[in-house]
Amino acid sequence: MLALIPLFPFVGFLVNATMGKRLPKSVSGGLASLAMLASFAVSLITVWQLAGMSPEARAIEQTLYTWIASGDLNIALSFRVDPLAAVMILVITGIGSLIHIYSTAYMHDEVDSEFARYFSYLNLFASFMLVLVLGANFPLMFVGWEGVGLCSYLLIGFWFKKKSANDAGKKAFIVNRVGDYAFILGMLAIFAKFGTLDFQGVASAVAAMPVETGFGILSLATLLLFIGATGKSAQIPLYTWLPDAMEGPTPVSALIHAATMVTAGVYMIGRNAVLFSHAPETLTIVAVIGALTALMAGTIGLVQNDIKRVLAYSTVSQLGYMFLAMGVGAFGAGIFHLYTHAFFKACLFLGSGAVIHALHGEQDVRNMGGLRKELPITYWTFLLAAIAIAGVFPLSGFFSKDEILFETFVEGHTLLWTIGALTALLTATYMFRLVFLTFHGQRRHEAPVAADAHDSHGHDASSHGPGSGSHLHDAPPAMALALIVLAIGSVAAGWIGIPHAIGGHNELGAWLEPSFSAPRVAGEATVSEAAAEAGEAAEAGHAALELTLMGVSLAIAIAGIAFAYFVWIKRRRIADNVVREFPGLHRLLLNKYYVDELYDATIVQPIKVASTEGLWRWFDVRVIDGAVNGAASIVDGSAGVLRRLQSGSVRAYAGSLFVGVVMILGYYLWR
Amino acid sequence: MIPLSHYLIVSAVLFAIGTAGVFLRRNLITILLSIEIMLNAVNLTFVAFGRYAGDVDGQIITFFVMTVAAAEAAVGLALVIALFRHRESLNPDAFTSLKW
Repeated sequence: MLALIPLFPFVGFLVNATMGKRLPKSVSGGLASLAMLASFAVSLITVWQLAGMSPEARAIEQTLYTWIASGDLNIALSFRVDPLAAVMILVITGIGSLIHIYSTAYMHDEVDSEFARYFSYLNLFASFMLVLVLGANFPLMFVGWEGVGLCSYLLIGFWFKKKSANDAGKKAFIVNRVGDYAFILGMLAIFAKFGTLDFQGVASAVAAMPVETGFGILSLATLLLFIGATGKSAQIPLYTWLPDAMEGPTPVSALIHAATMVTAGVYMIGRNAVLFSHAPETLTIVAVIGALTALMAGTIGLVQNDIKRVLAYSTVSQLGYMFLAMGVGAFGAGIFHLYTHAFFKACLFLGSGAVIHALHGEQDVRNMGGLRKELPITYWTFLLAAIAIAGVFPLSGFFSKDEILFETFVEGHTLLWTIGALTALLTATYMFRLVFLTFHGQRRHEAPVAADAHDSHGHDASSHGPGSGSHLHDAPPAMALALIVLAIGSVAAGWIGIPHAIGGHNELGAWLEPSFSAPRVAGEATVSEAAAEAGEAAEAGHAALELTLMGVSLAIAIAGIAFAYFVWIKRRRIADNVVREFPGLHRLLLNKYYVDELYDATIVQPIKVASTEGLWRWFDVRVIDGAVNGAASIVDGSAGVLRRLQSGSVRAYAGSLFVGVVMILGYYLWR
Repeated sequence: MIPLSHYLIVSAVLFAIGTAGVFLRRNLITILLSIEIMLNAVNLTFVAFGRYAGDVDGQIITFFVMTVAAAEAAVGLALVIALFRHRESLNPDAFTSLKW
């Protein structure tokens, strides 16, 4: 049954990849969407079964066969769904289905074969992502991990005739490779330590150990795994690929680079919560990296002009929140934010896609504005999602972000909490800057436009005055459906995690709880129950604090929105003045802190030089070619001497034959 | 009865004549004839040894040699004709182009 979940999209991939060229768009797109819906249905049934079990025993496992058996190493191809994986498969298949449906409209301008290629990649991605989530051991997760990386590369470079898209795809792939290398090393360290790679096996083995003090093998292994996660989930120092990944089609950005794939790192830490919580050194690093990434990406997002890039930096920033939560040990809060983020960020990306679609490829917010009237569905859904991500009560983002900040504060990381709160302010500001610049004010055509965005722009600007574009089309039905469902999700998704302090039950937290503790042996249960009760009591004591912090974060969110309203609606000149006052700061942010340039100078160029001068000009040309050419010239030289024997004269040959025979016979006669 | 050594001396003389012909003559046809002389010198040796050993093996081998010699003569003459058509010459020193 579990195997069906990734199998449906995989079959969709096979069909579209092999026969897609001959299928009309409605069939290939419909088939792909149907495969996702089927997978979603199976996921729902599975989660229903899971919910029917007792909370302690909530896990379904299916072992298909032994995949690798070699000495101590025994890896089964087995899928396991527990409460954590259940949340993930619902997000992946549910939002995945919506994005498939959205894509049927968004990609409609492509020719049939390209359309089928797109859907085959998208289905393959979903399949690998589900393997990643359902895999019951590290290697199987790694298969999915690598598979989604491949699909990410293929989809970023989907428009492969564009050089920038190809470059972005390669960048994503190579940067991820760095992280994957560390992930493999982490796996090896875990195998060396525990002799197993099964998640549950590792968890129960590690639960019996004391929490590590100082930096030992557990810290090393988890740190390596976390480096893998920074690659996949775009954290410092490996985040640079994600903003460039926006070269891909927008639904891809929504599905892969916002809702699902980039959260794989967060999921991986949640999956190994027991392991990570035994390595406090690593957790501190995770929390600090998460907070710093959140802040840094937030500041960059504030000045970017490409609508998708703002969302991309926002994604990096929100992922930073999730890692912050993981790092302070609030695994449930991190997964909660992952889950709500999937809704509103997918909605935002799809909304931006609808805007880009309506404007025929325009992505620069400086050329937008005033789209509120023309694109009402897009506007309202985008606005709801923006409010959600800004963290306004009672939308989903409020609950999840607040839980993270609260847990951070309670764990005593006041500095990290301050960074988180500051980032919340930035989040509200840059999101509403985007909303106001895109949908409010007047339609603008002021910024220089990249030639390939739409080549007839000069003509457009001269023939239409300001406020033109009344013929713009709002999202077609398939896109509108996805937008509306996701907007509802953005509003309501948080209601399953309402904290106790305001009369909720935090059902999600309770549901996820078993996934973050080691598989229990009978008898231990009483102890942990007592602990849970103690926790409950402590929580009651925290209620007042939590309410205060909620008020603070709500105030921050509203302040951010108000600030954005003031600057970008009321006094547009302020923004320009600030830019003029601090040109250095603005340029620093606009150029993303020059991190790409820094990496280029410190890593890319040295490797290039070493490869060109050392490996190519010296090793290949001198050593390898030298060996080959040397062998040839030895043969050539010796042949030059030996060929003089071949005079061509028959008598000389006969003479040498005769002399030879005489000599041999002479030898036998005279010896 | 004539002793074996006489046969062997005659055949050695014949073989030497043939060899000298192969090396010294400048005509391909004569060289072929010299080779025939060498072969027949060997044949004489075989027959003589066979006779003295009292069995027919030597004579049988001689028949084989004659067969091969006939074939060799046919192929050799055909080659000579082909070469002559090519170079208008029968001198073996004219045919030295098969070299480096």
